[in-house]
Amino acid sequence: MIDLGPHAGFILASYIVVGVVLAGLIAWLIVDGARLQGRLDDMAARGIRRRR
Amino acid sequence: MTSTVRQLEQFANPTRFMAWSRPVMFAFAALAAVTLSVGLYQGVFVAPEDYQQGDTVRIMYVHVPAAWLAMMGYLIVALSSFGLLVFRHPLADVSAKAAVPVGAAFTFLALVTGSLWGKPMWGAYWVWDARLTSVLILFFLYLGLMALRASIDDQAIAARLVAILSIVGIVILPFIKISVEGLSIPWLGIELPSWNTLHQPSSVMRSDGPKIHSSILWPLLISAVGFSFMFFAMHIKGMRNEVLRRRLSALMVVEVQRARRSELADAADAMAVEPPGSVDK
Repeated sequence: MIDLGPHAGFILASYIVVGVVLAGLIAWLIVDGARLQGRLDDMAARGIRRRR
Repeated sequence: MTSTVRQLEQFANPTRFMAWSRPVMFAFAALAAVTLSVGLYQGVFVAPEDYQQGDTVRIMYVHVPAAWLAMMGYLIVALSSFGLLVFRHPLADVSAKAAVPVGAAFTFLALVTGSLWGKPMWGAYWVWDARLTSVLILFFLYLGLMALRASIDDQAIAARLVAILSIVGIVILPFIKISVEGLSIPWLGIELPSWNTLHQPSSVMRSDGPKIHSSILWPLLISAVGFSFMFFAMHIKGMRNEVLRRRLSALMVVEVQRARRSELADAADAMAVEPPGSVDK
């Protein structure tokens, strides 16, 4: 295990915060996109389209 | 020249954007994964500790890219807003809207990681100096753009108001830069001193070249490139989601119109089949 010195807690906390925030943002973008695509697919299945 | 502009406009057509942006997004995501793995591994496990700051310098590999991207994100918002107001391009507002949450996230990370770096180095998580305060204002500006858009039902009006606020807010970017380093433009007679601050001046983007050793500089630059790829991949994904959201809104209007027509047709049929004289006199 790497020794990060007396301030290891601050270093680890920084990387954990970055990981959690960016993972959360990526997850939100993926879930939002899947939800929107699902609703569009549902409408297309019911015959509702932009152009004929 | 005109044909080049037309070609670019066609390239940015929403339908074409949805076609070309998907492989680009995945390419950026893959490049982000590779460069971040290399950059952060080098920064945490290989790069030496700083002679003054010790191992806390390793926070720099996430803090500095986050701070750069916080400002770059706002630049994208402001340029996209300019594109909406001046050229009325359909993707300009999509780009501005998608960049705001990503930029806000990186600004938040710059503030939090800076605070975690500040405590062991300065003895305080926060000081109200010009650099920290101006970045906090940038964060509030991002939140304000999201709140303003969410508070107006008419999306066309919301887009224009948010675009105006975005362009006005760009004044914060030079303020962030000048807050630590001041501004010197001798041929214009401009000489602004830096404000009183604990924050160190830039060690990388300097007119006289980087001031940090290559063993620390390279992991930082590789990490910055990696986070930039991640930023653009997320921005493209946000834009794709926004295009889908607008298509969904348009289809919902079509659905409501169809339902109304159907109701009117049913009512007309009911009146037509009702036998004459069936109404009580």
